[in-house]
Order: sequence, then C-alpha cells, then structure tokens
Amino acid sequence: MNATILLFLLQDGITNGAIYALLGLALVLVFAVTRVILIPQGEFVTYGALTYAALASGKFPDTAQLALAMGLVAFVFDLFANRHGFNLRRTARSFAVNVVLSGAVLAATLAFAGRKNPVFVDVGLALLIVACIGLYLYRIVYQPIAHASVLTLLIASVGAHLAMQGFALVFFGAEGLRGPAISDVSFSLGALMFTGQSLGVYVITAALIVGLWLFFGYTLYGRALRATAVNRLGARLVGIRTSLSGRMAFLLAAVIGGISGILIVPITTLYYDTGFIIGLKGFVVAIIGGLVSYPITAAAAIGVGIIEAFSSFYASNYKEVIVFTLILPILVLRSLAAPEVEEEQD
Amino acid sequence: MSAALLDVSDVTIAYGKVEAVRDVSLNVGDNEIVTIVGANGAGKTTLLNAIMGILPLKGRVGFAGRNIAGDDIEDRVGEGLCLVPEHRELFGTMTVAENLQLGAFRIAKAEAAATLERVYALFPRLHERQKQLAGTLSGGEQQMLAMGRALMGRPRLLMLDEPSLGLAPLIVADIFRTIAELRQAGVSILLVEQNARAALKIADRAYVMELGEFILSGAAADVAADPRVIGSYLGFQGEATP
Ligand SMILES: Nc1ncnc2c1ncn2[C@@H]1O[C@H](COP(=O)(O)OP(=O)(O)OP(=O)(O)O)[C@@H](O)[C@H]1O
Ligand SMILES: [Mg+2]
Repeated sequence: MNATILLFLLQDGITNGAIYALLGLALVLVFAVTRVILIPQGEFVTYGALTYAALASGKFPDTAQLALAMGLVAFVFDLFANRHGFNLRRTARSFAVNVVLSGAVLAATLAFAGRKNPVFVDVGLALLIVACIGLYLYRIVYQPIAHASVLTLLIASVGAHLAMQGFALVFFGAEGLRGPAISDVSFSLGALMFTGQSLGVYVITAALIVGLWLFFGYTLYGRALRATAVNRLGARLVGIRTSLSGRMAFLLAAVIGGISGILIVPITTLYYDTGFIIGLKGFVVAIIGGLVSYPITAAAAIGVGIIEAFSSFYASNYKEVIVFTLILPILVLRSLAAPEVEEEQD
Repeated sequence: MSAALLDVSDVTIAYGKVEAVRDVSLNVGDNEIVTIVGANGAGKTTLLNAIMGILPLKGRVGFAGRNIAGDDIEDRVGEGLCLVPEHRELFGTMTVAENLQLGAFRIAKAEAAATLERVYALFPRLHERQKQLAGTLSGGEQQMLAMGRALMGRPRLLMLDEPSLGLAPLIVADIFRTIAELRQAGVSILLVEQNARAALKIADRAYVMELGEFILSGAAADVAADPRVIGSYLGFQGEATP
C-alpha cells in the first residue's frame, strides 16, 4: 500500500467516523435523558437524506404529510391526557406545537417542492420535517410510557423503528436515491483531494459539537437537559418536566440524524433501510462509550470509521462483517471492565 | 385552624400490598413549623415522598385550598411545594452554581437572581464553592446545597427529610438556625427528624409516627413532655443534646 492510499482511506474513515460520532452522541444523549435506546435513530438519517434528495430532484416528499399526521395524533394525545382538567393555555400551546407547526412545514414544503431551490432551502425544509417527526415520535410512542422499564422502552423502540422503516419504503420506494452535493468546490492538498462535501462533513460536525457544547454548558434548557440525565428525580423536584427534557432530546436526535443523512446522501446511495445500518454503527460506538461517555463515543466513532474504510478497501464484501465482528472483543472487554449497574427505579 | 396551607387527610400509602402508611391526616398552617418524629421505618419518608407526588397515595392532599393528589411532581413544585429528599438528589456532576440555577427553573430570571443572593447570604459556604462540583462537596455542604436548591424554587412550604442526617453537631445547629430563619422569611416548614429533641424545640406542632400511623400529635411542647415520647425518642436526661 502506498502513502496516498493510506491517507485517502484515513480521510474516508474520518469522514464516516465523524457521522457515526454525531449519531453516537445523539444516542447517548437520548438514553441519558429518557432511558430510551433510540433504534429509530437510523430512520431519522434515512428520512433526512431521502427528503433532501427528493426535494433536490424536484419531487414532493411525503414525509411532510407524515409530519402533519403525526402532529395531529400528538395533539389528540395531549387532549386526551388533559381530559380531566381542560386548560386553555396548555391546549393552545399543544395546538401550536403539534398542528400549527407541522401544518406550516407542510405548507412550506408544498410551496417549495418541484422548484429549483438554493441548497439551504432544501436542507432547511428536510431538517424541519425530520425535526417535527422526531418531536411527535416522542409524544406518541415514548411519553405515554416514560416511566416504564428500559426493556419496555426498548421494545417500543423496535416497534417504532419497524413502523418508520415501513413508511420509508412506502414514501421513497425500494430504489436508492442520491442527493446533490452541498457544495461543488474541491481542492487538493498534496496527494489529498478535498471535496466540498467532505469539508462540509468536517465543518458541520465540528460546528454541531461546539453548538451542543455551548447549549449544554451555557443555556438554562441545556443545563436542564443535563440535569435530567444526571438525576431524573432531582430534576423533577426542581420542576423540570420529564416530557420537556424528552422532547428536547428527541428534537436534537432527529436534527442530528437528519443532518447526518443529508451529509451522507451525496456520497453514498441511500435506500429506505440504509439508515438502520448507519444508525447501528452509531449505536455500536455509543455502546463502546457505555451509553454515558461522550468523549469515548466520539473516539470510538472515528475508530469504527477508519476500520470500515480499510475493510471496504481490502474486502469490500465483508465490510460490515469485519466492522461488527471487531466490535465483539471490545464489548467483551468493556463488560468485564464495567461495574455492574442495577436498573434504576423511578 | 382555618384552611391550612397543607391539608392531608386520610392518606394511605402502600408498597405493593404492604401498607407503609395507614389513614394518616396532618396539616401545616401558614408560617408554621411542624415536625414528624418517629423511629426508623415508621413511614416518615414514605409520607413526605407521597405528598410530593413521588409515590402514589390514596386520600386527599390539599395544598393552598386545592386537592393536588393527582398532580405531577413538577406541578406541585410550581404551586410552591418543595421537598429536600432523604437522599438529596443533587446534580452531582454539575457545579454548585448550576444546581442553584436549576433550582429556580420555574422562576423568572430577575426574581431568581434576588433569591440567589438570599441563599448565598444564608449559606456563605455555598458562595465560596460556587464552581465546585456538587458531588465533591462534603456531606454538610451537600445538605446546604440541597436546601439552597429547594429555596431557589421560592417554596411556600418546604418539606425537609432528615436535614441533620450524618452531620456534625455544629452544622446541625446551623441547619436548625436556618430553618428558624426561613420561617421568619415566611416559609412554612414540614420537618422530619431523627433528632427529635432539636426538632421538638424549634417546631410549633408535632406528630409522632409509629408503624405507619400517628400515635400522638399536638403542640410541640406538649408532645415533648409526653412520657411515651420521652421514653422512646428523647432518651434519659443527660443524653447528648444538639
Ligand atoms: N421501596 C420500598 N418497597 C417496599 N417497602 C418499602 C420501600 N421503601 C420503604 N419501605 C418500607 O416502608 C416502611 C417505611 O419506610 P420509610 O422509609 O418511610 O421510613 P422512615 O420513617 O423514613 O425511616 P427512617 O427514619 O429510617 O428514614 C419501612 O418498613 C420500609 O421498609
Ligand atoms: Mg426516612
């Protein structure tokens, strides 16, 4: 192997790893805050990618309708939950968040779909749609069972994943889609060729990580989210609603998933079920981080990305096999090293 | 007493089939310090947790004239009911200042800033250690932080579950002085204490709990003079005083 190929593979691995890092961070966040193992994270990737690809190729993405439908269901759920004491303000807020928001997003999508839009419009619309779906997914699937055991929440996650994957097949069909690159610029540095897309991955990943760091470190809501992750009962005792933290965590996870998808879809063809495998790698790195540590998760993500790049070069048919097999010894080591944790009750 | 701030009536609390608290009624008036004393396992923590909404209960919990028995914990906090729980439940990996800021999660920013001044005045130690992680504080400091965090929510009624647990006598005296000061500032207190002597000294009224029931209640001085209480909770003369 010569140095050029080595550098190229490393670059490729870091690009993929950056995306797994984002997904892993989102999974850790959602688990810490809600105890939900977010298997549908992969669907956020698919939805973000394919919605963007559809918009970019002038088609109307059906996910916008799904968002409105889910918003309506979420609103009905809120009404039902408040049936014992009708509260105008609460109902109005629920109507705004669930119906007005998703309706406005659908209207905007109708207005912009089928036209040649600047990239940022397509990206923004795709992210808005995915954000709505993430928000309502929490309301519909997880909030009613927020206090159930981790196992119950996991089973709900498997159900949500299968349902959303089914919807993806209906909306986008079985053929793969590819989206246009976010930027066409490219330049080379020595032997390395940097495309606008790979630079976009680095820049956006870094910006997201800095943004999340600022959010968690310096804003009241970011701190409230961290507080819920650190001590759920303590957070409730100061008046931070479990449902508020859950919604914020899912919103972040959906946006992060959507961004990951939009960053990948110009590089790889995505099918309705590709998101799952990508999400699974995010899941693997989150598990290596023990579902608690953000830095270990990020480091593991880069590692997995690089292993993947090398194995797809040397044995591309066995790429996934190699990646997931190499995970096993790491997980065994981790489970030996980790102290036993009892499931928390609350 | 007319329309007590907290009015708990005929409350039963069960863990599965085992009833830990049976048919208990209690009230706390405005600006009153009320204490519940009782042996280990009597059900004091169970009762406070259920009043806060952490455990489900059968019966009525009136607060400020409304039955809050079905409300979420978060709504009760919003109404002005705060609990410093037995295990404190601090945010261990966050700083003292962050813990206090979160205590005022439901309070307007300007008001929170003023309350923070007051809490720091009450616990200068917390002010010195603003940037320290809550999990690394000493036991006494953690107790101060737990109380400070609850006060940041501007409670009308503060429920304290064994604030003196595991603390040195000097700090216990501090904590009790703070409780008295809080009442001066218009906060009602429901205090659960192992240290019955100190609790009965500062309280207006007292309830004595045994095996999930109140066996005695009344003015704190009368309860302290009751032979059963002297025998079981205050010990013989000459035992360590707070
Ligand atoms: N989660 C639980 N499941 C089953 N039983 C419990 C549970 N928590 C407490 N109990 C039981 O309920 C009874 C009352 O417990 P509680 O903690 O309220 O006592 P306490 O008066 O606060 O005691 P202490 O002074 O030791 O704190 C005890 O017999 C205890 O064993
Ligand atoms: Mg107790």
